[in-house]
This record gives sequence, C-alpha cells and structure tokens, in this order.
Amino acid sequence: MFRAKFKEAVICFGAGRVTLPYPFEPVEVPPKFRGKIEFDARKCIGCGGCANVCPPRCIVIEDIGELTRITFKLDRCIQCARCYEVCPEDAIQISHQFETATPQKSDLTSEMVVWMSSCQRCGRCFETDNAIDAFSSKRWRGRGPGDENKHGIFPASTGATTLMWPGRDFMRPESLVREGEPKP
Amino acid sequence: MILEFCKKMFGKSLWLFHTNCGACNGCDIEVIDVLTPYYDVERFGMKLVGSPRHADALVISGSVSRQVAPALRRLYEATADPKVVIAVGACAVGGNIWFDTYSVLGGADKVVPVNMYIPGCPPRPEAIVYGAALALGLVPKKVASRQEQHLPSGFSLDDYLARYSEGDAKAEEAGIAK
Repeated sequence: MFRAKFKEAVICFGAGRVTLPYPFEPVEVPPKFRGKIEFDARKCIGCGGCANVCPPRCIVIEDIGELTRITFKLDRCIQCARCYEVCPEDAIQISHQFETATPQKSDLTSEMVVWMSSCQRCGRCFETDNAIDAFSSKRWRGRGPGDENKHGIFPASTGATTLMWPGRDFMRPESLVREGEPKP
Repeated sequence: MILEFCKKMFGKSLWLFHTNCGACNGCDIEVIDVLTPYYDVERFGMKLVGSPRHADALVISGSVSRQVAPALRRLYEATADPKVVIAVGACAVGGNIWFDTYSVLGGADKVVPVNMYIPGCPPRPEAIVYGAALALGLVPKKVASRQEQHLPSGFSLDDYLARYSEGDAKAEEAGIAK
C-alpha cells in the first residue's frame, strides 16, 4: 500500500506545475476561436444582413432618414459569427478577444452611424423602374434629395433631406470614396 | 493596523454561491471548470460554498425565468452583506436569445443588482478567471463602448437628427406616412 502511495507521490512531483498562469500571462486561443465581434464603419454598406441573421437580435438596425444607425448590444451576443459569415463587405470581423468581463453593462453596447444616401459602389442614387421594385429594394431612399420621384413617392423624411441638400447632388460626397476607387 | 491586517488577510477570499436560474448547464460546466486545478481560481481565495449565508458572492448563470425570480430575490436577501453578484454567461448578462420571451425576465440585473458581467455563450474558463481577476483588481478592464461614424466631411449628426425630427413633424402635418 505504501509503495503505491509512494509511486503516486513520485508521479505528482514529476508532473510539475499544471495550473495555467493565466491572468498574469496572456493565453493563446484556438485559431478559429470566435470572440467579440469588431465592426468597421468605413466598410459597412448598411445592408442589414447581420441584423437579419443575428439569433439573439443583438444587432439592431435603425433608419434615420439617410443615415443608418447599427447598434451592437454585445451583452447578449452568443458569438455564433453568423454576422461575420453574411457580411458582404467584411465590415464585421471576429476578434480573438474573450476578455469582455466588465462592471458596467453599458461597455458592451456599441453603435455605428453610416451615411446611406448614395450607392456605395457607383456613387449615384438608386433609381428603379417601377414603384414596386423601389419598395422592395432595400435602402432605397428616393431619387433626389427632397424630391418627389417620378412615381409620386416621397422619400422618407422629406423635410430633412431638403434642408440638408439644397441642390440636386447625385454624386457621392468625396469624403466617402474609398481608397482605390475612381473619384466621382 | 488591525483593519489593514484584516483587509490584507480577508480582502481576496471571496466565497462563491453558484445558482442556476434557468441556464442550459453550459455556463455551470465552465464555472466548475474554473475551480479545477488547471484554471484554479482557488489561488485567489475563491471557493464554492453550499449556503448563501456563508457566501460573499453570488454567481448567477441563466436567463432569469419568471418562476425562479422570487427565489433569486430571496437568495440575494439571504446573502450576508457586503455581497457581490457576478452574472456569468450571455443569459445572465442580457438574456441571450430569450431576452424578450414571455417566461423570462432577461438578465439577472432585472431582479438583483449585478456587480460584474461576464458575457459569452458560454464564456471561456479563462474569461471567467479574467472576470474574477478584474473583480479583485488584478487586471485592467479591456472592453469599452465604441461609437463609430462614417459621414461626409462637415456633416453634423446632431443637426441632422434635429432636422430629421423637424422633417418628420412636417411630413405628419402634410399627412405623409413615414
């Protein structure tokens, strides 16, 4: 019996230290680990795909006239990475950050505001052929700033756009042109 | 001097009482994981106790369901002061995918005040160790709220929002549905 105990003791001494020195030294995560999501407002086109697939609905998308506000309520994020999978512009990335503990819940809520008015690819406003198409195409904001379009449909928040853009300006503002794209 | 001695000796020995308020057991398994020799949160003086009367800290996992809410309230009152409440997992922090379900209150903070939130579904054992270390002041906080904007230059968001509400009022007057 004592021999067995002695053997056990030898094994235990031989094992060395098994405890992770974690909070004092950083720890590696697996390469495909899904941590906190990171977003980039410069890449976002406001398509709302992420909000559409989010199971806990922690990505909330709001239309404010020609702006889109996307709120990330990461307190209930389950890190399923579906938003990352659907994002066509890679505006949402999965980081390896898992150290998200916080004493304040407000630290877990982030938001981004994106200017939506013109097409992010060509720099021109959308114009569809008929009214049904216009309603079904997402992020359609009417034809011109403050203008009733040819089908008699008012864009959302007519007054605001009139005040914002007094002239007709179909071109995309220069500050929104991405690097490597031709200037309008 | 005695006070300082007591602070030094007892300051970091949190005794935990672990409650499951409707969790799927994922977070509970991770909490038990944290107590094993591999992650070993006991080196910070934390250990599980069997009664809330012995506990300094409540560890809550699970989106708090309607059935369990009064029990959780009583449990909180039974814990001796001063007490710390730690919410572990996306359910206890914000309600997870049940945040607006009829039978669920959606988060421990709807019932009791929470001192430390550890999100994740379930959180990694390291994340729970990090939360414990953050509560003890051993590590800095790493997460913060972020506001990002991508707007044309010279664009004032506040102005726009004000004009937007004005425009809404005008549209309402004109009888245009938004």
